[in-house]
Amino acid sequence: MIPGVVADFSQDGWITYLVKAVLILAFLLTSVLFAIWFERKVVARMQVRPGPNWHGPAGLLQSLADAMKLLLKEDMTVTRADKVIYLLAPMISVFCALLVFAVIPFGPNVTIPFTDYSTPAQLTDFPVAVLYILACAALGVYGIVLGGWSSGSTYPLLGSVRSTAQVISYELAMGLSLVSVFVMAGSMSTSSIVDSQTRIWWFLPLAPAFVVYIISMIGETNRLPFDLPEAEGELVSGYMTEYSSMKFAWFFLAEYINMLNVSAVATTLFLGGWRAPWPLSAVGDGVLNTGWWPILWFLAKLWLLMFVFVWVRGTLLRLRYDQFMSFGWKVLIPVALGWVVVLGTFQWLGLAGVTRTQLFVAIAVAAVVVFAVIWLWPDRKAPAARRARAEFDPFAGGYPVPPLPGQALPRSRRRGAAIPHQKVAQSVDHSEETR
Amino acid sequence: MTASGGETLLFWVLAPLMVLAASGLLVIRKAVHAAICVMFVMVGLAILYVAQEAPFLGVVQVVVYTGAVMMLFLFVLMLVGVDAADSLTETIRGQRWVGLLLGAGLAAVLLSVIGRATFRPAVGLEAENAVTNPVALARVLFEDYVVAMQVVGVLLVTAALAGLVLTHRRRLGPRVTQRTVARARVAALAEGRTLTPLPAPGVYAQNNAMDTPALGPDGQPLEHSVPRVLRIRGQERSATALLAAEETLVERRTGGRSELAELSRTAGTAGPPAPETPGGEEHR
Repeated sequence: MIPGVVADFSQDGWITYLVKAVLILAFLLTSVLFAIWFERKVVARMQVRPGPNWHGPAGLLQSLADAMKLLLKEDMTVTRADKVIYLLAPMISVFCALLVFAVIPFGPNVTIPFTDYSTPAQLTDFPVAVLYILACAALGVYGIVLGGWSSGSTYPLLGSVRSTAQVISYELAMGLSLVSVFVMAGSMSTSSIVDSQTRIWWFLPLAPAFVVYIISMIGETNRLPFDLPEAEGELVSGYMTEYSSMKFAWFFLAEYINMLNVSAVATTLFLGGWRAPWPLSAVGDGVLNTGWWPILWFLAKLWLLMFVFVWVRGTLLRLRYDQFMSFGWKVLIPVALGWVVVLGTFQWLGLAGVTRTQLFVAIAVAAVVVFAVIWLWPDRKAPAARRARAEFDPFAGGYPVPPLPGQALPRSRRRGAAIPHQKVAQSVDHSEETR
Repeated sequence: MTASGGETLLFWVLAPLMVLAASGLLVIRKAVHAAICVMFVMVGLAILYVAQEAPFLGVVQVVVYTGAVMMLFLFVLMLVGVDAADSLTETIRGQRWVGLLLGAGLAAVLLSVIGRATFRPAVGLEAENAVTNPVALARVLFEDYVVAMQVVGVLLVTAALAGLVLTHRRRLGPRVTQRTVARARVAALAEGRTLTPLPAPGVYAQNNAMDTPALGPDGQPLEHSVPRVLRIRGQERSATALLAAEETLVERRTGGRSELAELSRTAGTAGPPAPETPGGEEHR
């Protein structure tokens, strides 16, 4: 047994590892095919149209047909491309994306049917497994960056530069949000983190960290509303512009595997991993948390998060680049840092012997005090008072404009003069006659 | 403790490749290729760390050095656009000979030290790693060397602040926000400027180039749809000339189409008319 890791891999031989690795690969590839169909179908339903419905039952084979099309397309290499790196970049992308699922626990120990052989439903685990996931993500960016650079063209280069800046900034926020899980779970191994969520899933007590993670995971995978490296309206399709056929398919594959990766990490770290949701976990003394059942819960949570990805894509608009960067640096990272400090203070107080009730009473008192101060703070003078002093310009900017709030119309010259009532009445009569 | 068979194999596969990549730095001309070599050496080092039961160090090596530091290097290389055209003339006279001499000295010192070193079996790794590798490291760093860690932290924060101060620019004019831009555009409307973005150039069916003006809803060419730079350089194509060319083309096409129709009547199939671009020669 590896120290600091809950899952027990001592029985696994190299054949077990090989079988598990092949199973994970098959799972990822089929999941990507399914994910593309899922995304297109859900987005279509959100836009009140049917979506792919031609190939196979409910259009399920559509992504397979698309994959075949990409395989058979002409594989172009741009003249100005740096040949070696042009080929290497999509490989790096896919390779790094495939690495992450090695440490994701699909379930606890499972017994292979018809045998006594029992093994964890996880390829491997070690005391720094979550850091390993971050390392894989960091290496995966090289695929995008080098792909954009080696194309020898402007838009891909701009896309890859954006992508670098984006992933580096959002990785900071992501890492900081993961720190709070490490603090609470007391471990960085994925199976231990799942084990620490027996009583409560971390997304409830660590809600701010969870929110930061969800936002930064969308930024990390370059998905809408954060898909600035491949913004169609600005950069054609960013770093993938000069890629075609199978090389393009590899980038595509890596993007969807990365979506599965970050969803799986969110599931494992915040949503209890393979643990059954609350009412089900109480059934029959936790029987649904043993055997092959947990894989079902894990997949359900994974696809729930995938749905969130699609939902966000179908709902939100793309951000402007500078707004996106300042959001990452000025909002997300400070919030994540502040939350780590708050959590650290609570943990320190807990170690110092302050009980939980005392802590909650103190928080409630502090909240009441802050609320009272805000309530009693004198209001600032309304800006309308300042505006009222401004002179009313009826032709501001060359157009006849109405008075702004606080401005008054100048006194009319005709004011007070008698309206010729008779004439108006006559004219009305006249119009009726003509009619 | 001696290395297991698998670890030895891993070392002997990885080490020559790493040496190859490292020496590639000396020969390779392109800066980005050199950066990739460095990246390979870093990842190889990380794998060796993990194989030697220092998983935390290995993973942090990749996250910090490969993921952040090397990425920033690459970022700058790409932005600056360093390529093979670097000048190789010596700027300091005789620096190569001095460098060679110093390098030989370093090699001699290293070889003599390594040659005299004796490798006794390592002791105490299992005892140290019993509480898991990251916890053991944390105890060393935050219990035994906590003051040193704090000092390094203060140093890094100071350096980061210095970086901020050095690159800080004082704002000369008022900040241009989306709101001010929108207001300025509405105000400029009275002077006959447009509120919307400018029309994109070149929406002719046969020509989609930057230098051809777009057509307005009335069929007239929109001069301001061509980028200002091209207009100033005089590189825009006259819309009337293009339209004339198009008209002759349409005539030729309709003329050709009747011939084609006759042909298809005889052959039974209709081939598409050959595409022809006005001014295609000069554009290429």
